[in-house]
Amino acid sequence: MSASSVHSLWTTAAPVADKFPTPHIEYAQLSPVLIVLGAAALGVLVEAFLPRRSRYTAQVALAALGLAAAFAAIVALADKGYGTTKAHIAAMGAVAVDGPALFLQGTILLVGFVAIFTFAERRLDPRAHGNQVDSFAAQGSAVPGSDQEKAAVRAGFTSTEVFPLLMFAVGGMLIFPAANDLLTLFVALEVFSLPLYILCALARRNRLMSQEAAVKYFLLGAFSSAFLLFGIALLYGYAGTVSYSGISSVIDGTAPMNPALADTTGNDALLLIGLAMVAMGLLFKVGAVPFHMWTPDVYQGAPTPVTGFMASATKVAAFGALLRLLYVVLPGMRWDWRPVMWGVAILTMLAGAVIAVTQTDVKRLLAYSSIAHAGFILAGVIATTPDGISSVLFYLAAYSFVTLGAFAVVTLVRDAGGEATHLSRWAGLGRRSPLVAAVFAVFLLAFAGIPLTSGFAGKFAVFTAAAQGGAMPLVIVGVISSAIAAFFYIRVIVLMFFSEPKPDGPTVAVPSLMTSTAIAVGVAVTLVLGLAPQYFLDLADKAGIFVR
Amino acid sequence: MNPANYLYLSALLFTIGAAGVLIRRNAIVVFMCVELMLNACNLAFVTFSRLHGNLDGQVIAFFTMVVAAAEVVVGLAIIVSIFRSRHSASVDDANLMKL
Repeated sequence: MSASSVHSLWTTAAPVADKFPTPHIEYAQLSPVLIVLGAAALGVLVEAFLPRRSRYTAQVALAALGLAAAFAAIVALADKGYGTTKAHIAAMGAVAVDGPALFLQGTILLVGFVAIFTFAERRLDPRAHGNQVDSFAAQGSAVPGSDQEKAAVRAGFTSTEVFPLLMFAVGGMLIFPAANDLLTLFVALEVFSLPLYILCALARRNRLMSQEAAVKYFLLGAFSSAFLLFGIALLYGYAGTVSYSGISSVIDGTAPMNPALADTTGNDALLLIGLAMVAMGLLFKVGAVPFHMWTPDVYQGAPTPVTGFMASATKVAAFGALLRLLYVVLPGMRWDWRPVMWGVAILTMLAGAVIAVTQTDVKRLLAYSSIAHAGFILAGVIATTPDGISSVLFYLAAYSFVTLGAFAVVTLVRDAGGEATHLSRWAGLGRRSPLVAAVFAVFLLAFAGIPLTSGFAGKFAVFTAAAQGGAMPLVIVGVISSAIAAFFYIRVIVLMFFSEPKPDGPTVAVPSLMTSTAIAVGVAVTLVLGLAPQYFLDLADKAGIFVR
Repeated sequence: MNPANYLYLSALLFTIGAAGVLIRRNAIVVFMCVELMLNACNLAFVTFSRLHGNLDGQVIAFFTMVVAAAEVVVGLAIIVSIFRSRHSASVDDANLMKL
């Protein structure tokens, strides 16, 4: 099969643009992104002009409204057929409006919407000087333990800036999987990374750990995005363009040649090194081995609501971008990238599962489990079949809600020092608070991929696609590492239900309706996608065609 | 002069920056090395722009500068806040979380 006929399996040709088109922005098709970024900018104004006591209500309402409106816009676009028949490239070739983009954007918006509830929770931490407080520092700039911080706590300050930061991050994540040229990809990456770096540093409890997580995330994130950028420079040097379709036609040899292009395309080193560096930048964001080192530290140190949001939404956005890059730009190169990705996927699945066994902290355990899951998703990416796309889309939607719910449960188990994340403290939780422990058990079973949960449906879809795509050894490794992973998930369940509670053990805080809703949504999605996945599989299947 | 020489220079600068990130211990210096890497990318973009005779690369260089500036704002804020609470900007001292 020739490269271009394989290519047409999962892409449709977009109408060719004029040579010197007048600038033309399709505002309607870009409305989800514009609404979210507009709400974020409004949130900054709210922060600047509203009195402190009314900011919290205004910010929460604004963020929730913005995300809901953007989701409505996505549904409207999908309903008009932009996900299937009318898929095209908007904003002068910068942003694709197609099935995978709309599907992933919808997922990110829903995840962001639920994350707002966990961000806005104010009943878990005990009142400080009579003021209700959330998980975020009273004043981000105050030195932990200083007089300035004490004064800020006494005055009842809260960091309501987290809501605009969340919205900017969501805005960047919406663009990331839809980016249709390498420049947009890079800018979107930074737009969602920078707010996340700040959010990581803003924990109310364990400020030092939280700041440390932020520094590590920031330095490594900036390092990896520099690699991504140099990779983009090399690909631009190879193809003379940064647009996805332009690069893929140069690789396929169908682009019109000129002397400069003939010179640079003769140099495969530009293409191969550029491809490797861009892939490195994206694999860092999905947390694949060997670029996973930051994951456990950042997940542990960041405020837990932020961890939940970051773990789910970043993964969705980054895998979306990786899929588009590999399936739209580089199918002609698949004999070069597939072996490398094979290695990365095997390493990621095994390392994530094996190292997780040794963990003693709930948040680090979930971090390593998220690494293992990145490996499972990579197995679907490697399939390079239309089924590969739809199974990855489904897996991402299923996984993100399980993660969000699991981290929301982690915020509930507390002792005097804040969240009790050490695993030994969770012993006997099922005796003391059966409901919370049962809910967490559901999430763990979904992570493990037990039937009747969304995790099983997702894993089944991904492994089937990988097997059909000729990656049978990957499936075998995947099943083995699932078995290893199941061991430590079950161990936590056993610890919660079959050991004696400690007398000085943590208490389970009674959350407000906010966190309860977030957890309930997580459980509901986990069970619905597990019991009746067909509708959503069909949806992902319909959304599985990229526009080129 | 052969434009390829600028590419060698850019690769060299990028390597110096990457090596600096890996071996220097002060967070500020590590961060400066990242900036050096971004500027090496800019040089590569501009050179390729000249090679191909189109303006894309030069425009991208502007975007990179804006992104680098935004990164400085966020990065310095984080590094200064950790410096004020620990009186040290060494990345080796940031070791509360291990294994």
